[in-house]
Amino acid sequence: MLLILLLIIPLLTGLVSFFLKDPKVVKSWSIFGALVTLIVASLAFCGIKEAGALKVDVQWLPALGANFSLEATAGTLLMTLLTAMAFVLVYIAQWNKDIEHSPRFFALMGLAASGLMGVFLANDLLLFYFFWELALIPVYFLAGQWGGKDRIKASMKFFIYTFLGSLLMLAGLIYLYISTPDYSFAYGSIATTGAQLPAEIQGVLFTLFFIAFGIKMPIFPLHSWQASAYEQSFTPVTVVMSALMVKMGLYAVIKWLIPIFPDVDKIFYVTIMVLALIGIIYGSLLAIAQKDIKRLIAYSSLAHVGLMIMGAFSQNTFATEGLYLQMFNHGIIITGLWLLVDIIENRYQTRNMSELGGMATHAPKAAIALVIITFASISLPLTNGFVGEFLLFLGIFNSTYEYKIWYMAIAGLGIILGAIYMLNMVQNVAYGDKKELAVADLSGNEQLSLYLIIIVIVVLGVYPNMVLDLLS
Amino acid sequence: MKPLIATAVFAILMMFASLYAKEKRSLSNFAGILMLGLVGLNIWELVDYTHLLKSSDADPYLFQKMLRVDNYALWFNVLITSASLLYVLLFRKSIEAVGKHVGEYYALHFFILCGIFLVSSYNNLLILFLGIEIMSIPQYVLAGSDKHNLKSSEASLKYFLMGAFSTGFLLMGIVLLYGAMGTFELNGFNFYKTGTLSVMGVMGILFMLVAVGFKVSAAPMHFWTPDVYDGSPTPFTAFMASIVKVSIFLAFMRLFMEGFANMDAYWKVMVLGVITALTLLIGNITAVYQQSVKRMLAYSSIAQAGFMMFVVIGSDVMGMKGMVLYAVAYTLATLGIFAVLVKLKDYTYDGFNGLAKKEPFLAVVAAVCMMSLAGIPLTAGFFAKWYVLASAIRQDNTFWLVVFALVMAAVSVYYYFKVIIAMYFKKGEPELNTAVTPFDKALLAIVVCAIIVLGVAPEMLLSWI
Repeated sequence: MLLILLLIIPLLTGLVSFFLKDPKVVKSWSIFGALVTLIVASLAFCGIKEAGALKVDVQWLPALGANFSLEATAGTLLMTLLTAMAFVLVYIAQWNKDIEHSPRFFALMGLAASGLMGVFLANDLLLFYFFWELALIPVYFLAGQWGGKDRIKASMKFFIYTFLGSLLMLAGLIYLYISTPDYSFAYGSIATTGAQLPAEIQGVLFTLFFIAFGIKMPIFPLHSWQASAYEQSFTPVTVVMSALMVKMGLYAVIKWLIPIFPDVDKIFYVTIMVLALIGIIYGSLLAIAQKDIKRLIAYSSLAHVGLMIMGAFSQNTFATEGLYLQMFNHGIIITGLWLLVDIIENRYQTRNMSELGGMATHAPKAAIALVIITFASISLPLTNGFVGEFLLFLGIFNSTYEYKIWYMAIAGLGIILGAIYMLNMVQNVAYGDKKELAVADLSGNEQLSLYLIIIVIVVLGVYPNMVLDLLS
Repeated sequence: MKPLIATAVFAILMMFASLYAKEKRSLSNFAGILMLGLVGLNIWELVDYTHLLKSSDADPYLFQKMLRVDNYALWFNVLITSASLLYVLLFRKSIEAVGKHVGEYYALHFFILCGIFLVSSYNNLLILFLGIEIMSIPQYVLAGSDKHNLKSSEASLKYFLMGAFSTGFLLMGIVLLYGAMGTFELNGFNFYKTGTLSVMGVMGILFMLVAVGFKVSAAPMHFWTPDVYDGSPTPFTAFMASIVKVSIFLAFMRLFMEGFANMDAYWKVMVLGVITALTLLIGNITAVYQQSVKRMLAYSSIAQAGFMMFVVIGSDVMGMKGMVLYAVAYTLATLGIFAVLVKLKDYTYDGFNGLAKKEPFLAVVAAVCMMSLAGIPLTAGFFAKWYVLASAIRQDNTFWLVVFALVMAAVSVYYYFKVIIAMYFKKGEPELNTAVTPFDKALLAIVVCAIIVLGVAPEMLLSWI
């Protein structure tokens, strides 16, 4: 029941928003809906230990063998919790701003939330595919209607990339479906069928699915939609893309890809590890070269996701737990960073680092928030980023790869590079003396959202067992 | 049998009506009533025959095995007539605006439907020929019915010349097949009668492929399509691109499912596969470069034909379901987007700029239709593509083709979504031809609901078939 609520509440909130007129009413209604979703998500997550796995299974298309079936383990619920939390934080941060066509905006946000929840919860391959697309469509409309000047081009690129990936997945999905003995999309029967296919066919299908997931993450050669889409989108939409949609790809790898195709030639895994490493180094180097803070964070995300991809393919409990935790952490941290970028851009009317500086003098609260969230992003101990990345490294160390020490060394280099560009950014924005423009400090709602993020960062950094206990 | 005779009679009634009717509107109303009657007759026929076909000694043949009635054909006729009713109601204003001879236009539509009923249930190649000709000749006339427009005349002449040429191929193919097998009857075909496949039989199949391929605008027999669809008056383009096209596909599929069923599978996949791949490639890539939405839709109809070719390759029960679903999904979406198009003055993409602000309802309809054509989940187009691809993938050596088709579907998103971008993301003042009446809105709402309902639960339709 809780799972259905997780889908229905954002959907209903969104649909009702379409018909509300007054921007104030729409905002309060959406925050209310998001809060209720968050409560439900927290209840489900906290109760998972007692309840075991939550399940829903209703007939949908009997002749086709597709069921409306949802399943949630602790990892799944952590993702839904992240989704619910990100929407609440974003809505709070937007409270004092006027959004153009706000009913339409909040309606599409609600639909996107519902689609994302579905992707994480679905336990039927066709249903999963449906939600995978449903999460994409509202985000496309959001990215196309609100944002920078080149948003139409950027959103189209984003859409075509991801849609191409989805269609390749669809080809693999049809093949898998036709191969099941009883024509079914149920997780169990898809997984057994996939495992029984000859290794070469598994390889082909693995590739098709991986391209779809890899575009969403994004992994190195498939990433070129990312920076422009993040840069051109309106901040709440960027948060949805980078904090949540990225996790769809990673989550799908551990939920669907690896269990369905267990006999895939390990050469694929090694290739993916290498691509992830390239992503880490390449993303970091690009981030160092950026002047625009929004692009800088976009490329840093490419690097961070690289490490998570390595964790996903390491296949042991450390890596899996670390991945879930780090997906959650990364989502929270990057939400904080985007909110700060938005705050900075609103105050200084620029995102160019060479024109920014001295924020600590006039807006000390914003500067402190920026520093703490940056520390989490470069995974300093006592922040949640540290715990997650540490577990991921431990996972890679325990994997069976031949050159795992080298992998770790190169990935570690990525962390060092991360410290360089992030600290450089903080230095330039908060402390540089180039510009002494008097700006307002954080408003109440901005404080609320950022402090909530900081609380999560610190609490999970000091006492990660709160979540890890449930995950194991 | 009842609807078949009725269409011919209705067509003649329609012609006489134009002698007596003073106003164009009353002719449209009369046509609507006759179409409604035709839907009723088809349902009556369906109920009658489902009852009959259930008994063991049922005889599905009519007119000395000329026609064969089965569940698919009956359902298809019901659906296609309902779509025609929708078409008449949606486009009546624009049909009246084409020219003086409104009664005759409607009469020609009824003749086309008569041809459709023949090709949906033929069992004899002569009936196929008759059906295709009865469908084609009125289309030549309709294409040229806007006599003051040079492009319309060009469309008509082009269509007629090329069509006559393909008729030659069709006849030749029928004759060669008769020579090879000594029969016109689909279920009597046996290519291995003399032990080996005869050259005459192979040539016959190839000739048939060219002729039917021409009618469904499969590449490389597609060259007439953009000019004809672009030049013809818009409502008639809508009719040709949707209802007529899917009907010929049903005939095409019957030919391969029943007549050529015992053909070598490898050979079939290769020849049809190459045609399919070419159709998809040419249709999609060329559509990307179009400036006019009407012309883009012409190319997109070629691309969609590429997808429908998959049912011909698959030729199994799932394909048959896929065919019916694709026919409905594609017809609904095409009628919907053309219904929006005829309301606009400017047919270029720029003409759609800012439509979401001025006419939000029309914009929603166009967006849903475009998404359905692109095959986005939750719209009928998704399950239509699903079924046709699933049917083809079961054959050997088709996986490459399915992957290729899906890559092409990603290309199609580009040009379909350009319409959505224009409507929602760009600013502009689109000019409308006629105001959108509540009646139009209700009809378009039905279209949108049908697309979405079939996208969530296609079994509501398919479980019947």
